[in-house]
Amino acid sequence: MSYTLFLIFFFISFALASIISEYFGGGYLGTAAILLFALIWMLFSYYLGDRAILAINHAKEVRKVDYPHLFNSVEGLSIAAGIPKPKIYVIDDPAPNAFATGRDPKHASIAVTTGLLQEMKRLELEGVLAHEISHIKNYDIRYMLLVMVMIGLIGILSSMLVRMFFYGRGGRRSRSGGYLILLGIIFAIIAPIIAQLVRLAISRKREYMADASAALLTRYPQGLADALKKIARSEIPMTSANQDSAPVYIANPFRSKKDFFSNLFSTHPPIMSRIKALEAM
Amino acid sequence: MDPILIILGVLVLLALIFVWIYNGLVTLRNRVKNAWAQIDVQLKRRYNLIPNLVETVKGYAKHEKTVFEEVTKARSAAINASGVENQAQAENMLSGALKSLFAVVENYPDLKASQNFMMLQEELAGTENKIAYARQFYNDSVMGYNIRIQKIPYNIIAGMFGFGKEELFEVDIAAERKAPKVEF
Repeated sequence: MSYTLFLIFFFISFALASIISEYFGGGYLGTAAILLFALIWMLFSYYLGDRAILAINHAKEVRKVDYPHLFNSVEGLSIAAGIPKPKIYVIDDPAPNAFATGRDPKHASIAVTTGLLQEMKRLELEGVLAHEISHIKNYDIRYMLLVMVMIGLIGILSSMLVRMFFYGRGGRRSRSGGYLILLGIIFAIIAPIIAQLVRLAISRKREYMADASAALLTRYPQGLADALKKIARSEIPMTSANQDSAPVYIANPFRSKKDFFSNLFSTHPPIMSRIKALEAM
Repeated sequence: MDPILIILGVLVLLALIFVWIYNGLVTLRNRVKNAWAQIDVQLKRRYNLIPNLVETVKGYAKHEKTVFEEVTKARSAAINASGVENQAQAENMLSGALKSLFAVVENYPDLKASQNFMMLQEELAGTENKIAYARQFYNDSVMGYNIRIQKIPYNIIAGMFGFGKEELFEVDIAAERKAPKVEF
């Protein structure tokens, strides 16, 4: 399933690169050059991505003396999952939420909000942390990072295409006909949407998986279920969160209306069905 | 096709399968060993925390000698225990002794409120949790390993190279419930 996604992404970026190259009359060499730059850009984003995500969400690394309880819980759950202890970050925000990021279990970080630490009891906090540890153990963090990098790339390529159409000098437009550019424009608009939709469907499945693995780690699904209930009931919107990285959080930091479209475009399954699944375990 | 080539091909294939199975068993056995080492690390941490805890409690509750002696005795018994089963038993004893120590603390509000004690309590509770998690990881690893070495065809190679069954780290559930439970 993930491979299909990567193939679709590759196809879309290849198509975008070819159209841009065609516009400039660069041919295959132009396409190759654009894809090479794209690859370099992707490598940079992949290796610096987790730091960027932590920074734009205002997460700060903390020491054990200040948060002994949080550290003990994370250390315990890492032992249970058989992974090294991730780096621990805290976000100063009253809304209860948390996320994990990184490339693999050896380069992983967990961030929690101060609101989460305040509102959750020990077992609830462990449930949330177990969910994040599961994301690390299942390599969901790597998947999320790769997907964000690829969606970012498609975004850049499509906006390039749109800009060329509006501000461009003409290029080969007169010779090869406007239809190519028209096709490009339609594609530039649809591509990011397709990319998002495909990602969302898979990302929701991974959330259920992480909930289930969290229950396996703590052997107490009710803890996470109670925590999710508290998060669902919380009215406080998250101010430190960044829109582009919203999918990494355990629960959507931007509360959305419950209609068909917000479900279609949601990275997380509805919180109530997650609670139901946990309570049935 | 030459029948010798076919036989040779089958032999190479068998050798590859053998290597693959053998390496898989080695990986699983090492995972069990590593999981046991994880428990060991946490148990040692608990042994190291206990003298501090006893000293802190002594500062407020000098007269509770029997409890201190019980904890100290259980601690050295646990340190000297060897083998999975004996270790599990000794740890249960130690948890019981610690439980009575925390029961004593209930009578000394000053002690309960002291910064030093609260820190030790958090550390101990955290370590107890880690022991439980390490045990869970160990038992999961042992289970995976034990199941593997009993399955066909793994059991043939396991038998040939002495991959024996590993013991689970079992805890008497009643004692587990009695372990000092620290709520905040």
